[in-house]
Amino acid sequence: MEFFLIIISAIFVNNILLAQFLGICPFLGVSNKLSTAVGMSGAVCFVITLATVVTYLINSYLLVPFGLEFLQTIAFILVIAALVQTVEIVLKKTSPSLYQALGIFLPLITTNCAVLGVAITVVTKQFTFGGEAHMLNLGQAAVYALSTSVGYGLAMILFAGLREHLAQNDVPESFRGLPIALVTVSIMAMAFLGFSGMV
Amino acid sequence: MSKWSLITKGLIKDNPTFVLVLGMCPTLATTTSAMNGLEMGLATLFVLVLSNIAISLIAPVVPDKVHIPVYIVVIATFVTVLQLLMQAYVPYVYATLGLFIPLIVVNCIVLGRAEAYANRHCVLDSALDGIGIGIGFTLSLTVIGIVREILGNGSIFGCKFIPGDGILAFVMAPGAFMVLGYLMVLFNKYLKKQ
Amino acid sequence: MVLCLAGVCLFCSAILALVYAVTSDPIRKASEQALAESIGRVLPEGLELSERRDENGMEYYVGTRDGVAGAYAVKASEIGFGGPLVLMVGVLPDGTVYNTSVLSHSETPGLGAKCGTDESFIGQWRGFSPDKVLKVKKDGGDVDAITASTITSRAYAKAVAKAVEAVKTLESSTGNKEGGQKNE
Repeated sequence: MEFFLIIISAIFVNNILLAQFLGICPFLGVSNKLSTAVGMSGAVCFVITLATVVTYLINSYLLVPFGLEFLQTIAFILVIAALVQTVEIVLKKTSPSLYQALGIFLPLITTNCAVLGVAITVVTKQFTFGGEAHMLNLGQAAVYALSTSVGYGLAMILFAGLREHLAQNDVPESFRGLPIALVTVSIMAMAFLGFSGMV
Repeated sequence: MSKWSLITKGLIKDNPTFVLVLGMCPTLATTTSAMNGLEMGLATLFVLVLSNIAISLIAPVVPDKVHIPVYIVVIATFVTVLQLLMQAYVPYVYATLGLFIPLIVVNCIVLGRAEAYANRHCVLDSALDGIGIGIGFTLSLTVIGIVREILGNGSIFGCKFIPGDGILAFVMAPGAFMVLGYLMVLFNKYLKKQ
Repeated sequence: MVLCLAGVCLFCSAILALVYAVTSDPIRKASEQALAESIGRVLPEGLELSERRDENGMEYYVGTRDGVAGAYAVKASEIGFGGPLVLMVGVLPDGTVYNTSVLSHSETPGLGAKCGTDESFIGQWRGFSPDKVLKVKKDGGDVDAITASTITSRAYAKAVAKAVEAVKTLESSTGNKEGGQKNE
């Protein structure tokens, strides 16, 4: 039940893009085409889940026991950067087809604030389910990270579909490009507000 | 380029928010009121200036292959310094901005200026560039914050001048995207006229 | 190459350790001060404040006047709309709420977040009599909810009710004892 609540809340209610504003830059950057949006979502999904598990372990077994919480930001961003590099190298060697699909997006992910944002949120924020506030345990953190990134992918892919249609329409000159995209996202965010209060 | 134009270019020509479209996450998330936008802008300005100075100093001795990780570590250090200082001296501000202070590390503006400017210019120029871009960012965030606060709450910097509740959507997520979109339209119009 | 990276990391960690050492004291003081301020706001003036005490998992502070408990400041939390809503509630021994103050919340800006700023909502808690029902009007109580934020208001009322309940138990167990001491 708690997993179900975490999943619904992370995908719909607190959608990382439309409600928490994390990872907006790549969202606006690569959502021009549906195919790139799918590739980016896949890569983000993979990295967020992996990075969250690793940073969670580092935080609870290295930083907290030694009283080094003030190194959190620096340690997390280094871990994420190293992880992205490793994933890139491993994918290149073991699965060239997957590497071709995700490869070009991987370097961009280090500076995607969604990754660092989720990693920090998981170790600092209290989550509410079952009528009480808890810190997440490792399993819950992994589920939260995975479902958050699914929410990221969902919003990204939906929006890329809209944007492909938008490109064929006659838009006033000053609105062309990003402004009309932002107004469209705004309407999407309004639709997602309808989920609030569900969990 | 004259020293003065280094500072002023961030306002219009290289405005980080409306022209370069960088650092969108804090721009959208923290501008629920004019004050929050201003505070977030100043926090970013602090990190931007210091990291520009530090990076222009160390850039000549850093091997090319590891320059990105080194820059990230330098930026993360300044961000943590800022975090600790804010917790100690302005805990209320830290509580409102919350997650978005550590996230300055991954703000594309900071790493972008390090890569595009600070690593090949002298310390003074880099510092001025940081100040210029930082002020541009701060002003943009404050303007977005002002518009959202007027529409959403009927007040500016907490001074209420329209009675009633305001249009709530503008304080919430959809309003952030919409205000940014429409301000960008106005900015484009203005740039074209010139 | 690796040496350079390691060197930078070490140097940066050293700087951070230094800044941490300098700021850790002010950080602790700032959070203590915030707590003391919120306790001061919710209790009547001129009381002598006790150390932190814990009872049934709730943190509370007793304000005494001449050795008699004059009021209690109870930290109470409840799940709001966006996450935990933590309050400091000042309660007089007879169960009257003296005042309340929000310690932390994660409610929606412009909606539930008004629980910390909306004067007409905060004001109603001052001197909230024990005869009134600690529920929002929608649920048949006497609390005026914040417009369009029933869930936050409900959580606020619940947290206050918890605090009042805790003070009632405290009074029935320790009140007699302290009263007895006074008679000696």
